Amino acid sequence: MNDGCAQRAFLSGNEAFACGVRLAGPKVISAYPITPQTVVVERLSEMVEDGSLAAEFIHVESEHSALSCAMGACAAGVRTFTATSSQGLLYMAECLPYAAGGRFPIVMMNANRAVALPWNIYGDQSDALSQLACGWIQAYAQSAQEGLDMVLLAYYTAEHPAVRTPFMVNLDGFHLTHTYEVVDIPARADAEAFLPPFETDNRVDFDEPKNMAFSAGPGHCAVFKYKQHAAVLRARAVVAEAEERFARTFGRRYTGLVENYMTQDAEYVLVTLGAVAGLCRDVAAQLRRAGVKAGVVRIRYMRPFPDAELTAALESARAVAVLEKDISPGRAGAVFSEVLGVLAGRPALGAVGGLGGEDIAARDVHAIFDRLRAGETGVYFIGIGGVTI
Amino acid sequence: MRKPYLRQAPGRELADYPEGTAYTAGFLTAKNAGWRSVRPVLRAEKCVLCLRCYLHCPDGTVYESGGALAFDYDFCKGCGLCAKICPLGAIEMETEGA
Repeated sequence: MNDGCAQRAFLSGNEAFACGVRLAGPKVISAYPITPQTVVVERLSEMVEDGSLAAEFIHVESEHSALSCAMGACAAGVRTFTATSSQGLLYMAECLPYAAGGRFPIVMMNANRAVALPWNIYGDQSDALSQLACGWIQAYAQSAQEGLDMVLLAYYTAEHPAVRTPFMVNLDGFHLTHTYEVVDIPARADAEAFLPPFETDNRVDFDEPKNMAFSAGPGHCAVFKYKQHAAVLRARAVVAEAEERFARTFGRRYTGLVENYMTQDAEYVLVTLGAVAGLCRDVAAQLRRAGVKAGVVRIRYMRPFPDAELTAALESARAVAVLEKDISPGRAGAVFSEVLGVLAGRPALGAVGGLGGEDIAARDVHAIFDRLRAGETGVYFIGIGGVTI
Repeated sequence: MRKPYLRQAPGRELADYPEGTAYTAGFLTAKNAGWRSVRPVLRAEKCVLCLRCYLHCPDGTVYESGGALAFDYDFCKGCGLCAKICPLGAIEMETEGA
């Protein structure tokens, strides 16, 4: 695995991700282990030890320090990586907008996991979806291969001069991080051809000293936030550019901010994200064979949010459901709330499932489509139902 | 001794702002001493230029000029640390506007 040649290997999502990070060649990795992310940093520390990754691996004492350390390294002008999950992501939450506002293009893997209480180490998307406003680009993979590829795509996009924004790649805890699949590992030379060296003037420089991470009072602060917003919006075009370049280099093509399945004439569309999308597509295919015009949209990027892509994909939809593994108590799942914005008042159904690692079965997805076709709207919990008070 | 100097801020157009919080260091765009109620004054005959006050000033407003100690009143907040730290009593705090 260390000879630099392209090869196929049987890897878990964490292991594949670590291979992707090694190909990207960060100079500093600062991380604190947490289930189910632990394996990715274990593999990276082994790679540093065996010399196949020329990086400084810093064992920090907390996630708050992990991201602070990554910012410091990035401010020294080098490519950096960190990884976390769940409570760890929330513990570093103070640093998330700091990295985004400081425009440090750090790439972080987040293993999606439930957040306490109740204490739970299993997978759901509550952690990352609670941090949509922190200023980071957010992508969600559905396979170990996509996770590996997203490392390279993430660095390309994050470091692009038009973007300069940190990038969080999400892998479903256990469902992706701990399941194995055959993965194509690109050759190191191809990865280097795809990903240019990291260059930034947002760094410490003895010849041209800078004030960094400064304050800005009323009258100035909003301009910096405006520029952050514009940069993340510009990431739409850079994601497309990166994926085109990726396809030319590696022969694998991705589909931008969303991935559509049979949406062209679909009357009932299920919008989801992450690894469960495969199951949703299987169910949609079964429904198609039964004469139901079903479709699936997999959201790949929550930030920048795919407004235009969703509007196009849902054009023929009479009703739309969202399946997600999080709940904002008192409202709905975060994805449902955002998707409502493009529906122009059409019926919408929010299905909350998979919380705390609960399995989502094909029958559960069939039930979403059944409810949708029966005209049901609102929010319900899979296996429990809608809330009545 | 290099102390920050006052410089006109770049414009207020969007393009005048940097992308992110990083910008050329070494200058300030506004005076900041408006709440000072007492000011340090040097008794030059007692000063031996040990520069202890320079090292302790939290705002970098003590400097040497032409072989004598000087204070940058555009930024001195009047905290009095320099007077406290001076072993020779060469700095006295005088009431502003008295």
